[in-house]
Amino acid sequence: MTIEHKDKNSVGLVQKQFFTFATETPLRLESGASLGPITVCYETMGTLNAEGTNAILITHAFSGDSHVAGYYSEEDPKPGWWNIMVGPGKPIDTAKYFVICSNILGGCTGTTGPASINPATNEPYGLNFPVVTIGDMVRTQKRLLDHLGIRRLLTVIGGSVGGMQVLEWAMRYPDMMASAIPLATTTRHSALAIAFNEIGRQAIMSDPNFNKGDYYGKNKPDLGLALARMIGHVTYLSDHAMREKFGRRLQNRKTLAFDFEANFQVESYLRYQGSKFTQRFDANSFLYITKAADYYDVKHQHGNGSEIEAFAKVKARMLVISFTSDWLYPTYQSREMVKAMKKNRLNVSFCEIEAKCGHDAFIVSNERQSSLIRNFIECVAAEELHHAF
Amino acid sequence: MRFDLQIIASWIEPQSTVLDLGCGSGELLSYLKQEKQVRGTGIEISEEKITACIEKGVQVLQGDITEEVADYPDQAFDYVILSQTLQQVYEPDKLIKELLRVGRRIIVSFPNFCHWAIRLQILFHGYAPKNRQLPYEWYDTPNIRVITIHDFRRFVKATNCKLMKEAAINTHNHDIQGHLVHFLPNLRATFGIFMVTKGAETTIHS
Repeated sequence: MTIEHKDKNSVGLVQKQFFTFATETPLRLESGASLGPITVCYETMGTLNAEGTNAILITHAFSGDSHVAGYYSEEDPKPGWWNIMVGPGKPIDTAKYFVICSNILGGCTGTTGPASINPATNEPYGLNFPVVTIGDMVRTQKRLLDHLGIRRLLTVIGGSVGGMQVLEWAMRYPDMMASAIPLATTTRHSALAIAFNEIGRQAIMSDPNFNKGDYYGKNKPDLGLALARMIGHVTYLSDHAMREKFGRRLQNRKTLAFDFEANFQVESYLRYQGSKFTQRFDANSFLYITKAADYYDVKHQHGNGSEIEAFAKVKARMLVISFTSDWLYPTYQSREMVKAMKKNRLNVSFCEIEAKCGHDAFIVSNERQSSLIRNFIECVAAEELHHAF
Repeated sequence: MRFDLQIIASWIEPQSTVLDLGCGSGELLSYLKQEKQVRGTGIEISEEKITACIEKGVQVLQGDITEEVADYPDQAFDYVILSQTLQQVYEPDKLIKELLRVGRRIIVSFPNFCHWAIRLQILFHGYAPKNRQLPYEWYDTPNIRVITIHDFRRFVKATNCKLMKEAAINTHNHDIQGHLVHFLPNLRATFGIFMVTKGAETTIHS
């Protein structure tokens, strides 16, 4: 079946592209360590207009990648992770906008990360890869945009860890963007969020195959990584979503087995999700990205301890969205950032969307979210055009 | 646009900043943005109306009026508008004080509970008033405060505020059309609209 048949408003075929920088002078990271060369894997959709005023940057969440929408081949069974939102006629309309999405620094789907070859040793970095921050990820994205000749973004949009990058963009490069849309995110992890990340990291590091991160070409710490994913996955759902999806239903059986196999559907589902994850994700990247998310704190990175001061630099129009059943980054955390924006008299809109599926809500089809994002970007685009003339 | 909002819009100076509490679908703010280059923000509780505001390009925050107002710095806005909401507020005196903190001027509109039809309803039928402006039964009405034009004037005086503008109106055709009521407003007007400030500005009666 061709793409047009299975997905009417698809961006169609896309491909990974690569940009390498910091080949001569390494990039000095927030930690003080240096890293280079750095390769960024990215995908683009739509066409940049002559004035360069229609670019949108999408920042992906923890386990996402550059493949935001479309297909890699005609036979590709699955589109990108936000295919419902990105495409011609979709809320992020590729018929109007030029869309860029790149894999984050420290990731494992094309951008330099712990699985990449360390030029100093000709071996994979492993745990010799420096600890990177959300700020480092954003600086890397900025270098990519410079390379693509994009001087101003219509908007930067992303959810969860992607939302942190959106906030970081707004603070780090305030003049480079007209608007920003942080979804289901936070200005800093709560103890609860750090706790779940730490359990995930411990699961990986206590896997007998972990070998201090030096497992490339050998048996990988798949059990630990699968367990980490199972834990993470639960934090993205909600009581309601799990009750509805699984309840106490049994998996392929009518009675309890009185053993420790996956009796319940929810057990079987989590085991499947965990094991599937090990096929596409590197355990070391899990460690590095969760660490970057845990370290993120706009108060300290941008505000000398004050969230209000952190937002003083921001110039972008903001649209903040949270979801009622998100207990990983609950609405009060979005309200706190909105409060800091209000104190700075920023142009900010905020909506808490009623959704039952938990933190994952931003990635799932949602009429309300689609409408808010579509209309917000359209209004920003119209006003940008108005200012240009 | 609702007739009371048309009056309010006519009171707003161009290029000013406006906070509209309970802004609904953002009609007033959208009008002010286009016609008077006003920089406006709305507060609205309904998710659906928030979506309508964003569609119009109106800046809006979802939340409770009292909680949202508290976040703003002193005198953050030239005008704060509270249209047809005062009668639903639990602590109107505290709210108005807070509005005067964040806004240089506040504009308040409310249904006049002393309109002659309401008086007659109580006099002849003996039931809690119910009409087009107040279409609820006593047990399901969100309108927990009974305010009249006289009451509000007295309130302004008692709280040492300055009354800057005042209009009494009668509305018809789903409140979209209406006219000003100059003669016996407390008896003949369905809505009262007031502009109030705490400063020592001159009092103007319209």
